[in-house]
Amino acid sequence: MERSVYAESLRGESSAVRKRDNVLRTLAKASDRVMATFFVICGFASIALVVIITAFLVSSGVPAIHEVGFKDFMFGKVWTPTSENAQFGILPFILSSFYATIAAVVLSVPLGILTAVFITKFAGEKLASLLSSAVEMLAGIPSVVYGLLGMIYVVPTVRNVFELPDGACLFSAVIVLAVMLLPSVISVSASAIRTVPREYEEGSLALGANDTETIFKVTLPAAKSGISAAVVLGIGRAVGEAMAVMMVSGNVPNMPKLFGSVRFLTTAVASEMSYSSGLHREALFSVALVLFVFILGINMLLNFLTRKGKN
Amino acid sequence: MNGNNTAFRRTKSGALKAAIYFSAAVVCILAVTVAAVVLIKGLPHISISFLTEKPSLLKGTTGILPNILNTLYIIFFTMIIVIPLGIGAAIYLNEYAKNKKLTNLIGLAAETLSGIPSIIYGLVGMLIFVQFCGFGTSLVAGSLTLVIMTLPTIMRTAEESLKAVPQSYREGALALGSGKWRMLRTVVLPSAVDGIITGVILSVGRITGESAALFFTAGMANEIYGLAQAASSGNAGSTLTVSLYMYAKERGEFDTAFAIAAILLLLTVLLNFGAKYVQKHFSNRT
Repeated sequence: MERSVYAESLRGESSAVRKRDNVLRTLAKASDRVMATFFVICGFASIALVVIITAFLVSSGVPAIHEVGFKDFMFGKVWTPTSENAQFGILPFILSSFYATIAAVVLSVPLGILTAVFITKFAGEKLASLLSSAVEMLAGIPSVVYGLLGMIYVVPTVRNVFELPDGACLFSAVIVLAVMLLPSVISVSASAIRTVPREYEEGSLALGANDTETIFKVTLPAAKSGISAAVVLGIGRAVGEAMAVMMVSGNVPNMPKLFGSVRFLTTAVASEMSYSSGLHREALFSVALVLFVFILGINMLLNFLTRKGKN
Repeated sequence: MNGNNTAFRRTKSGALKAAIYFSAAVVCILAVTVAAVVLIKGLPHISISFLTEKPSLLKGTTGILPNILNTLYIIFFTMIIVIPLGIGAAIYLNEYAKNKKLTNLIGLAAETLSGIPSIIYGLVGMLIFVQFCGFGTSLVAGSLTLVIMTLPTIMRTAEESLKAVPQSYREGALALGSGKWRMLRTVVLPSAVDGIITGVILSVGRITGESAALFFTAGMANEIYGLAQAASSGNAGSTLTVSLYMYAKERGEFDTAFAIAAILLLLTVLLNFGAKYVQKHFSNRT
């Protein structure tokens, strides 16, 4: 008796239930579709952003290069944007950026790689994790803090040691940059070294090579592509750094001299943008465009190296 | 001859080992010095009034409350936009996209974005958000610029943790009759939450330390804004890093600069440990 009442009530509800289920199912399908569209849009956002950034930089950077002339712009040695006979040569910026980057990389790469070797091969577990934390701390420090330390400690020291009228120069910028590159060089090379199979090293040791020979002739060559990625990453960082080097380089658009005040591609943009106008402003956009092209080149190289490393 | 060779090998090995120890020592000393100098020179200048007031020329006092608030606003605005955007992109790459070439292209675009230096972001942000979109030099323009800058980080970390979610979870959910979005929302995203949190912490760290990208987009004002004011266009404000630059380079107030530097150092260390803790916590759990 009870059972049949129950069945009766089920039958009565069933059409309502079915209706509700149908509504829910339609809703679920609709939300599936909406969310799928949303995800597609998000997925393409990064491509769109790269295109937009490139478009804005090219469209605002090309006019001034066109007006000044490509050759005069890229290879002109004089940058006097505000004088009556305005000249827009950015060779001093390009060369300063180039020299500072090379020098900083030369200083920090050997130091970084050797430290990575120490962390991965020589240090005990505790010491290694302590050092890694220290490196992470260095990596996390904002660039303006490095700039501040450079202003207060590096610049006066350089002035006193080399007996210069002013310590804010290319050399100080190189020191600050080298310190700033260290953390990323160390962490990327350390992870490259960690991927080298233990058997390689055991083979080398079994053949009678001692531990340093094994590291320098087997481990490091095997980790070559990861380590070169670290170097290229460092180059990209050094070329792109603005605030810290602006605080220690003196910021005068001279052709680069080791103990002379210099201005880089980045600092030219950062320091003059706020007061520039007209062709001067457009020329600064062109400087940014040149910097962007350099960075794209470095990125492509980095990409190539990391892909090679994966294979 | 053989003896000579062994002696030579031993000397060379010893020299290289010395170089390795020396490098590690240099890095160690560097880290300790940097931290010690910043804290010793900065901490004594931090006081309650320094943290809770705005700079006043009349009273001749400096306070960094506006800069603290601006930093928080920018972090908040950036995150509410970049988190859905970045996770959405990661979901698209990992759950929807089938064309390998296309996903490679998106990955390449993300890598390109992550390699662009912040000064270029600053310039592009100025062109796009300040001028083209008409937000003016404002916290909003600064935040939108940082959205582009932090997008690759959020995308990559979210994608990595999505990849780590076992395929059987998805199949189980689908077999129980769930739709794709329901499956993602109730099964996949909760299992990928560790990578998402790590990415968020990393991005917050990057924003806290960012200066060049905010220089021309968010401006240099030291006013105290409410949330609504901060979100409206035209209200410029400097974050901690930008104000550090201004105090050090433009005004020569190094005590204030070091005090801000100490705060920034502590914040970044805190965020670092936060990210590590999250990773450890979640890897222990599974």
